[in-house]
Amino acid sequence: MDKIKSFADLKKKREELQSNLKLRESGDNVENMIQVKVAMGTCGIAAGAKATMEAIINECQKQNLDVVVTQTGCMGKCNAEPMVEVKKPGQDSVVFENLKADKVADFVAKNLK
Amino acid sequence: MANYKYHILICGGTGCHASQSAQIKENFVQILKEKNLENDVQIVGTGCFGFCEKGPIVKVLPDNTFYVQVKPEDVEEIINEHIVKGRKVERLLYVDPKTQEHKEDSKHMGFYKKQMRIALRNCGFINPENIEEYIARDGYKALASVLEQNDPEATIELLKKSGLRGRGGAGFPTAVKWSLCRPNKADQKYMICNADEGDPGAFMDRSILEGDPHSIIEAMAIGGFCIEATKGLIYIRAEYPLAIHRLQVAISQAREIGLLGKNILGSGFDFDIELRYGAGAFVCGEETALIHSMEGKRGEPTFKPPFPAVAGYMNKPSNVNNVETLANIPVIINRGWEWFSSIGTEKSKGTKVFALAGQINNVGLIEVPMGITLREVIYEIGGGIKGGKKFKAVQTGGPSGGCLTEKFLDTPIDYENLVAAGSMMGSGGMIVMDETSCMVSVAKFYLDFTVEESCGKCSPCRIGNKRLCEILGKITQGKGTMQDLEELKNLAAVIKDTALCGLGQTSPNPVLSTIDNFWDEYVAHVVDKKCPAGQCKALKQYVIDPEKCKGCTACARNCPVNAIHGTVKNPHEIDQSACIKCGTCYEKCKFNAISIK
Repeated sequence: MDKIKSFADLKKKREELQSNLKLRESGDNVENMIQVKVAMGTCGIAAGAKATMEAIINECQKQNLDVVVTQTGCMGKCNAEPMVEVKKPGQDSVVFENLKADKVADFVAKNLK
Repeated sequence: MANYKYHILICGGTGCHASQSAQIKENFVQILKEKNLENDVQIVGTGCFGFCEKGPIVKVLPDNTFYVQVKPEDVEEIINEHIVKGRKVERLLYVDPKTQEHKEDSKHMGFYKKQMRIALRNCGFINPENIEEYIARDGYKALASVLEQNDPEATIELLKKSGLRGRGGAGFPTAVKWSLCRPNKADQKYMICNADEGDPGAFMDRSILEGDPHSIIEAMAIGGFCIEATKGLIYIRAEYPLAIHRLQVAISQAREIGLLGKNILGSGFDFDIELRYGAGAFVCGEETALIHSMEGKRGEPTFKPPFPAVAGYMNKPSNVNNVETLANIPVIINRGWEWFSSIGTEKSKGTKVFALAGQINNVGLIEVPMGITLREVIYEIGGGIKGGKKFKAVQTGGPSGGCLTEKFLDTPIDYENLVAAGSMMGSGGMIVMDETSCMVSVAKFYLDFTVEESCGKCSPCRIGNKRLCEILGKITQGKGTMQDLEELKNLAAVIKDTALCGLGQTSPNPVLSTIDNFWDEYVAHVVDKKCPAGQCKALKQYVIDPEKCKGCTACARNCPVNAIHGTVKNPHEIDQSACIKCGTCYEKCKFNAISIK
């Protein structure tokens, strides 16, 4: 790491580094954040859930959204995989079906903002 | 760049380290690599989570899953189930002892609910060997703002308003200490950190140094700036190898990026830190003894004044602060004195870290707001007494403190209340005792410790404590008299009044407080020759019930001193004069015919 020579340097460095810990800090505040759970059973993975999850994380990061993305097991409706559950604070959760990676940008824009 | 979906935190405190947490970490790294997941999961070795009872702890984020008592061979299952398939490994979750429910995350555990982490804010959260993670958590922000503001008086004033008091035991206001040292001019002044944690059973300072060493470095630099010291010294006992290692790493990282050394952050302020190792003598926690030990002299206290603020290390003005005190300082500066002084009681602000130990379900490290009651600490955080036994007393303040009984369970914990109750805050050891603890033996245990640790300089401590210990020994042997009890009281009072330093002045406290609170128990030892808790070996008597004895000879065959006589199929008898009370017969008897009286 480079030398930190001034107050401004330190501030800049801190802002750069903060995003590394964002995921960890969100653990303390999970109930108040939008939680997205990607079903990652064998069926989900076969249907492309991994790519979906990756895309959701990237999209949220790109748009700077405070969303907690985790995975969960098979949701039971295997023919509709990849399935994604969205839980907003104080609301009932909503499950999305057939959410392939190519639909993620649209999904994020409409549901997670 | 790696785009982590999970962070897995593995406790690397001394406790979990001892139960193979390093191996667990290694297994995670290796198996993740085999499965090509190393870019999805970040593995972080952290400081202590506090829940040492159930270590090693592994925490998975962002879902906050808290796995307890993880073994190296469990790692593969955690990865396969939790990371790959998103299913929590049920069998490794914490089970609430009362409801038998599996608790998924730490926030729902009674152990964490009542805690408030200020000094331990980064313990169990960041990798202590990575300065970047500390900086990301507002690390060195307080130092920067203090240097930028360039008004040491204002910083001291802020600390004064916050009400921060020394966490090493006596509770002296930190800001006052700094302002006493600041005006004393000298070519060299020293900012010293007292990391000589000596109370039996206490490990708060060690955990902070292991889990968040940068917070101490930052606070020392702030202190150095305020008292105009350019050199920092940390006095740490050599028996804390992990804490020393983490400090060394942290200091070299801070130097490397210019947060220690010349012209810090372009402010013109120079500050650097060196470590000084102690040999683990209890008396060296006393500041004058500590300074002598650092100078290479015998670790003996000297009379104050002169105070270290005037003539300390190498006869130069020095300021000594405890580890936990320092750990609070950066947060106070970042969040303001108003915030800090809103926590706690009228005269004791903020939080206190306690090392919870003894006969309690959740042994570990806790940080609670001042003013919490012992009942909350013991029954809610600590999960109650082990094995459902009855609470008897809690010892606070280590060898300088005393015992608190049931009647103090609802007293709010702060400096003043503990002293009024006949104990003291001390550095934060909290040892919980149940009904099977003999209070005379407990007092004797602490006296044994002080006798061992007395430096021998003044006679009240050197000779007086030895005598106290002998009298206590006599009582536990069943040879005490009522006059001995009077003598205990008198001698204790004299030692308290006449000893040179804090060690001697407080060493009779365990005796006085047990006499106050458990007088009946002393009398039972002396008059009835009985130990109500059944702990004092010499006062135990093993007796065979002739009704129940079948004459199987198992006891007689196993008795190491041949104290049991009798013939086959006839009741046996124990010769009390020969019996050494080892308890072998009691364990060997298959018919419950032997009882302890």
